[in-house]
Amino acid sequence: MSDPTQTPSGYAAAAEVGAVRKRRTWKERWWLALKKAPISAWFGMIVMLGYVIVALFAPLLAPHGEAEIFPTPYAVWDDTHILGTDQIGRDVMSRMVYGARNTMGIALVTTLLSFFIGGGLGLIAAINRSWLDQLLSRTTDVIMAIPSLIFALMLLSIFKPSVISLIFIIAVLDSTRVFRLTRSVAINVVVMDYVEAARLRGEKMSWIMRHEILPNIMPPMVAEFGLRFSFVFLTIAALSFLGVGIQPPTADWGSMVRENASLIQFAQYDLKAGITPLLPAAAIGLLTVAVNFVVDWFLHMTSGLRDEH
Amino acid sequence: MSIDNTQEDSQQDILLDMRNIRIEGFSDEQWHPIIKGVDLTLKRGQIMGLIGESGAGKSTLGLAAMGFARPGCRFTEGEVNFNGTDLLKLKEVERRKYWGTKIAYVAQSAAAAFNPAQRLIDQTIESANRMQLRPEAQSREDAVDLYKSLHLPDPGTIGERYPHQVSGGQLQRVMTAMAMSARPDLIIFDEPTTALDVTTQVEVLASMREIVEQHNTAAIYITHDLAVVAQMADVIKVLRYGEEVEQAQTRTMLTEPKEAYTRSLWSVRSLEKPEEAGDDIVLSMQDIHAAYGAVPVLQGININLPRGKTVAVVGESGSGKSTAARVITGLLPQSQGEVKFNGEVLPSQLKDRTPEQLRQIQMIYQMADTAMNPRQTVEKIIGRPLELYHNLSGAKKAARIDELLNMIELDESFLDRLPGELSGGQKQRICIARALAANPDVIICDEVTSALDQIVQEGILKLLLRLQQEFGISYLFITHDIATVKAISDEIVVMYQGKVVEQGLKSEILSPPHPEYTELLLSSVPDMDPDWLTNLLDSRVSSD
Repeated sequence: MSDPTQTPSGYAAAAEVGAVRKRRTWKERWWLALKKAPISAWFGMIVMLGYVIVALFAPLLAPHGEAEIFPTPYAVWDDTHILGTDQIGRDVMSRMVYGARNTMGIALVTTLLSFFIGGGLGLIAAINRSWLDQLLSRTTDVIMAIPSLIFALMLLSIFKPSVISLIFIIAVLDSTRVFRLTRSVAINVVVMDYVEAARLRGEKMSWIMRHEILPNIMPPMVAEFGLRFSFVFLTIAALSFLGVGIQPPTADWGSMVRENASLIQFAQYDLKAGITPLLPAAAIGLLTVAVNFVVDWFLHMTSGLRDEH
Repeated sequence: MSIDNTQEDSQQDILLDMRNIRIEGFSDEQWHPIIKGVDLTLKRGQIMGLIGESGAGKSTLGLAAMGFARPGCRFTEGEVNFNGTDLLKLKEVERRKYWGTKIAYVAQSAAAAFNPAQRLIDQTIESANRMQLRPEAQSREDAVDLYKSLHLPDPGTIGERYPHQVSGGQLQRVMTAMAMSARPDLIIFDEPTTALDVTTQVEVLASMREIVEQHNTAAIYITHDLAVVAQMADVIKVLRYGEEVEQAQTRTMLTEPKEAYTRSLWSVRSLEKPEEAGDDIVLSMQDIHAAYGAVPVLQGININLPRGKTVAVVGESGSGKSTAARVITGLLPQSQGEVKFNGEVLPSQLKDRTPEQLRQIQMIYQMADTAMNPRQTVEKIIGRPLELYHNLSGAKKAARIDELLNMIELDESFLDRLPGELSGGQKQRICIARALAANPDVIICDEVTSALDQIVQEGILKLLLRLQQEFGISYLFITHDIATVKAISDEIVVMYQGKVVEQGLKSEILSPPHPEYTELLLSSVPDMDPDWLTNLLDSRVSSD
């Protein structure tokens, strides 16, 4: 085929030196990244892993049932009730464990749903750039102009507060933020030549979305997922604290704070009793911090920032 | 004049003496050598050209002359003696006092190097101000003088503009003025004209050379274009893989290079395809008008592409070459006129075209980097058109991909690589394979070789020619490089400001008499002759 005498001094296309890089499997790459992860990221990952284990194995780990009522309300911390009981005599420790499952599960489903809605529409808007983009973007602006907690309260009082309506309402409200992010990062990818090449090839919009654009906007999306998860988590806790979120007897950290809030006043007589309502709040705080540590690390890793040597 | 005398005496002084420079770069968890022990000596007022293909370490060595290593790079050995001081032994704070004042740097992309929010003149005099070399008012006057000697239009007021208000060539000259403002002893030009088209390049080269000679400033001129460096440099040093290949006086280097590698650097200029006329028109544009919004870009152009032949479309940036390609592909519907393919009128909108019509016209882009999805492997990039147009899958698809890889002179080991792991030439080859996968009749090549080194360019052009012979593909080849045109085309279309100046066989267009614009374009292409620029400027002055 090619005549080697034509090419100058042993030139061969296959021998051209590309970027100096060794091909690694994704396992090796992750191991390498993990080895270099800072302490804060490790802390975050270990804490998150702990939460996940607790949520998955709640029935095994909880000493008592989720809604099991004992004769003594506000029992002190002892061997039967490690963290005492609440205002109607349910075991606080058990409810903390079940709460992890409920609160985190609902937050996860909500976040996934909001990414599905917001991400999908954001991609469509970025590719389409016509009246549809205008319509979606302006609708988003209107929804975002209303304070989300108040909007959520309003919607929850219109629809009956239930887990399903809670998930849908928060997911829709949160998807506006996801929409904005997806659209803005995707617009930078849509103008690339390879997207143009795909359009010239006659690819359908769904193929361009899934194969050309999505893989290239993953890092910011994954980072946003972590952050959104924290926010959704806090929103659910806040709504439960206000009484319109997850309904009793389902255990949930937000409502646990509210139900036992009056115990805080007794801190001067019994410190342990005073701390009890703050424990679910601390659980929420710790998880939020942990998620943010991991997200920060991930963003730093994928943004291509190179430490100066 | 006493000043002249002292300059005369110091003429032979050594300004810059770099000894055994070794630089390493950090990537993939380890240090890789980039510069492997290069010496460089520069006398006062001397201009040295550094040439080599990309990745040869030209820019790294140029920056090393300032005692600077890019983030992620480090000096491991060597000394940079500037005026007798070893810059590498100084603290960074001390070294910074040299930068911008004694040693200045002119970057490749002027548009990216300027602060878009500041007026040009404020940026021009910034380093002189910072070191308080003279009162600000004086610096401003001096800047205007510099603009004048760089032949910028309206030297008195151009400094009041912002970077986006002047053209690329003007910006590059303002950057030269900025470098000159503090009257440095040494300027490093890092590919200053690579991003400009030929007609602009000549003006910028001429004014750069003039001002450097006027002020007796030493310069290091980095480029991969030997013809350009021949106009500028007294001495040329050829680099490859971070090592010196050879160094010689410019004339010696051009007439009798010692190394075969040096000769291969301008080999593309010797490539020339014998032209053939063709009557069987596969693609034709008839009286095409097109506009971006209200701005008309194409004003009634006619281009005919014969089957199995190559038509080169030449012209400077903004002449409408690429817009013509966008009309053909349907990305920009024309407002008037029609595009005919095999005698049938193509729908002007992309969405109205059938998959078969899309398959027949393929496109190869200038920047192979952005033309391939960085997250897809070579296998997927080449395989997709096969799935889409030919319904191939499994073993048949794999066999066809192997076949295509062999056609572009690569092998199966490239299958699972990502575009980021390929060299510039390999990337462009993959793009060619992707176009070939569709079995097209016509391939539109939009400046496909202009981002590549000479030696790689030659390889790509030969590949395209061979594929044309084997498969009878017709190319519409958009370029601004005349050497490429000579190498590949049968016919040439010259475009200027949205109109076709002339179309004809290569031999007709390239031989006189020329219309005025063709003449300007052809005469602006640098020759390997070191006197070319001088002669050209003389002839242009005398004809004015």
